[in-house]
Amino acid sequence: MPAVQETVDQVRRIDVDQYKYGFETLIESDKAPRGLNDDVIRFISAKKNEPQWMLDWRLEAYRRWQTMREPTWAKVHYPPIDYQDLYYYSAPKKKDGPKSLDEIDPEILETYRKLGIPLREQEVLLGVQRPAGDDADGEGQTNGKRVAVDAVFDSVSVATTFKEELGKAGVLFMPISEALQEHPELVKKYLGTVVPVTDNFFATLNSAVFSDGSFVYVPPGVRCPMELSTYFRINERNTGQFERTLIIADKGSYVSYLEGCTAPSRDENQLHAAVVELIALDDAEIKYSTIQNWYPGDREGKGGVYNFVTKRGDCRGARSKISWTQLETGSAITWKYPSCILRGDDSRGEFYSIAISNGHQQVDSGTKMLHLGKNTISRIISKGIAAGKSQNTYRGLVSAHRKAKNARNFTNCDSLLIGEKCGAHTVPYIEAKNSSAVIEHEATTSKISEDTLFYCMQRGLSQEEAVALVVNGFVKDVLQTLPMEFAVEAQKLISVSLEGSVG
Amino acid sequence: MNAEIRPIKTAAETTLSTAFASAKGRLPGLAALRESEFKRFETAGLPHRRVEEWKYTDLRALMRDAKPLAAPPGADAKVRAKDAGAALAAVEGRRIVLVDGAFVPELSDFAGLEGGLTIRSMAEALAAGDAAVAERLGRIVPTDNVAVALNTAFMGDGVVIEVAAGAALTRPLHLVFFNSGGAPASVFTRSLAVIGKGARAMLIESHEGTPGSDYQVNTALEIEVGDEAHVDHIKITGEGAGSLHVSSLMAAVGAHARFNEFLFTTGAAVVRNQMFIHFKGEGTVAGIRGATLLNGRQHADTTLVADHTAGACISREVFKTVLDGESRGVFQGKIIVQSHAQKTDAKMAALALLLSEEAEADSKPELEIFADDVQCGHGATTGALDDDLLFYLHARGIPPKEAEALMIQAFVGEAIEGIEHAGLRDTLLEHVAAWLKTRR
Repeated sequence: MPAVQETVDQVRRIDVDQYKYGFETLIESDKAPRGLNDDVIRFISAKKNEPQWMLDWRLEAYRRWQTMREPTWAKVHYPPIDYQDLYYYSAPKKKDGPKSLDEIDPEILETYRKLGIPLREQEVLLGVQRPAGDDADGEGQTNGKRVAVDAVFDSVSVATTFKEELGKAGVLFMPISEALQEHPELVKKYLGTVVPVTDNFFATLNSAVFSDGSFVYVPPGVRCPMELSTYFRINERNTGQFERTLIIADKGSYVSYLEGCTAPSRDENQLHAAVVELIALDDAEIKYSTIQNWYPGDREGKGGVYNFVTKRGDCRGARSKISWTQLETGSAITWKYPSCILRGDDSRGEFYSIAISNGHQQVDSGTKMLHLGKNTISRIISKGIAAGKSQNTYRGLVSAHRKAKNARNFTNCDSLLIGEKCGAHTVPYIEAKNSSAVIEHEATTSKISEDTLFYCMQRGLSQEEAVALVVNGFVKDVLQTLPMEFAVEAQKLISVSLEGSVG
Repeated sequence: MNAEIRPIKTAAETTLSTAFASAKGRLPGLAALRESEFKRFETAGLPHRRVEEWKYTDLRALMRDAKPLAAPPGADAKVRAKDAGAALAAVEGRRIVLVDGAFVPELSDFAGLEGGLTIRSMAEALAAGDAAVAERLGRIVPTDNVAVALNTAFMGDGVVIEVAAGAALTRPLHLVFFNSGGAPASVFTRSLAVIGKGARAMLIESHEGTPGSDYQVNTALEIEVGDEAHVDHIKITGEGAGSLHVSSLMAAVGAHARFNEFLFTTGAAVVRNQMFIHFKGEGTVAGIRGATLLNGRQHADTTLVADHTAGACISREVFKTVLDGESRGVFQGKIIVQSHAQKTDAKMAALALLLSEEAEADSKPELEIFADDVQCGHGATTGALDDDLLFYLHARGIPPKEAEALMIQAFVGEAIEGIEHAGLRDTLLEHVAAWLKTRR
């Protein structure tokens, strides 16, 4: 069944030319020379005042990267990227690093205000704490819940909030460059253990030139007292953003982390190649949510961010859990497969994704669930919506290793096409190497049963209303896995029905 | 994805190059095409795991060497071929026999040929420069597949079957491919079937060989299904334990036709069955199904590309794989719906049953959809026999072995039920029962 008008309208509302975050912040910046070579890497490393081992690590990555080829297997097409024509480091000019938020360039604060980070979050950024229950700003969704924010502007982190309070609980939340100074032993122990230096072309490039990102360490038995969040912004022209995030949840701990991204509208393409590593030890749980809204390019497909991201979580300990939730609406090209290595016995991996593409966007996204331990469970729910001239691909791997007795997976991916010029594709890989593994994959035409529709229509709803009701209920189910703080932004992007979908 | 590896030529690739250089003067017809196809093979080399379509069947590793081209069958081989395909006697098909890749008219059944049906040797047609063959060969569903290129370069014999428009065959055509296994050999057969508008035909291929003999088969069949025709194609692969079997089907289906494809695979050490099916006319109904039963260290790969370029076609794909021992079963199925193929209804199910701890199942059911008003879906499951169901049967006094057999038969039966011909259906169910008896 074709998409109903309501759906079409809702998708149009979030079409590429409606991009609201395309403004540019005029701010003086401190850049490394254009191009990439040993010297640029030394420059970045020196800027960050890094220990020698880190510099060696970067140089080794760079050496490996030069022998690698860009992957071509994804269903995305783009002109060759000239890696020597980019700036690999750009930082807002600052005077000796702001000691307090008052010292942060007002231009940057203005940027984050314009980005519409909920007012409450902004105040949080400013270090103002509101009494619980005061809901005067009318946003009404945060309910006095606090969020610690790390704001990354181009290559550097400009502010991190609530560090002190988190510190009381023993939680470390800081830019990774700072972690390298303050907790080098932790960084050294875990960095590159989930995504090895030589993992893939973009991850290796990132390993060589990464500039900033967030570092989180939650000590054993601690439930992180608030949501942690990073807001990424690419501002400078011709700049690649290479952030690196490392989250470690020690035994029995819990942390929820959110990530948001935007970039100015520019005619040329910007490169974003991030690496995210999650490590969950025994009984720990990490919940990682992304709202990706990089600039998608204009109606003719000019400009936009190339988003080549390697995200991987390692359920290293027994009974650990890693949950990925992503809402992908931006970027000209998305190449992203948040994955879980289910190494610990009884560990769980989850992947919830809603990917909406429009204009000339190309999305090739999905997940990998690698079952290595016994009784491991994974669940994949993916919804793709393609409109305009976009191409939307789900690509996923579920594999059960020979020793992964009683591994269990359930995968469901649906896609919806709006218009005749777009494409939706599903490329699942299912590999079972032991007989006690049960793997189910389904990609169904419609999740709505005739019975349910009939029930609703009998009670006076029109068919479209009934469809909208059922579908919204279903999507909200996925959205519930997003923390409250992002729910409103997500809701705006997602109140799109999914009927008439193709698997 | 890491550093580019420039593969060096394997022993098999080198042998193939030498074999082509010395044999090309003797191979029948189409010299220029053979030359260019071989060049294509040489450039690409044997497909390996970094080639996406061959990810799970790495021929570079699985094909250690290339056997010399098979010699024409001797009298002894022909005698032994008399019993080939006997397991399908109940189908009462018209036997067309090929021994070691060569068409043998004296073993074939030409009695009372139905009107509108012609059967001839591919080698003769090629040597004679037959225009009808030349204009179709490799063009029914063009593909850049390397195994097909290799087949085109080396194709020796096969059959050309033509069924005139409106003709209805009363008996199935049973193509018996027998490999005598006298000496290690490789066999390249190529066949073509042109089924006219509104015609009715059933084609059965059975491939068998002497157990334990060492041979390699690369076989290809091209079928042109006319508008409103009704064609069933069944391929039964039961090659000898030491053999390697690569098969390609290229079928183009016209409008308002019915097309049923069935693959039954139990044999060869390594099997690759690839199908390229192109729906080029509207309103066609197709069923593409298969059952694979493996044990020991067997490896079987079923790869399907169903390309819908015309609208309002219905296709159903059901593939069942039963894996015992250390076997490996691969299923790759891709449904493509082009932007103007609106109202396509395509559903694919790939189910694998693992009977042992060491078996491995890999599935990749793909959808590539460019039209917005379609119904497409796929499902894939992998697992062991359900303990609860087994217990239910035990509780009712059925011994464990029998209970397992019953459940496996039911599992495979779901795909076999799709075959329209009752005699063939029963024969294949017997094949399954026989296979189950060989377990442990």
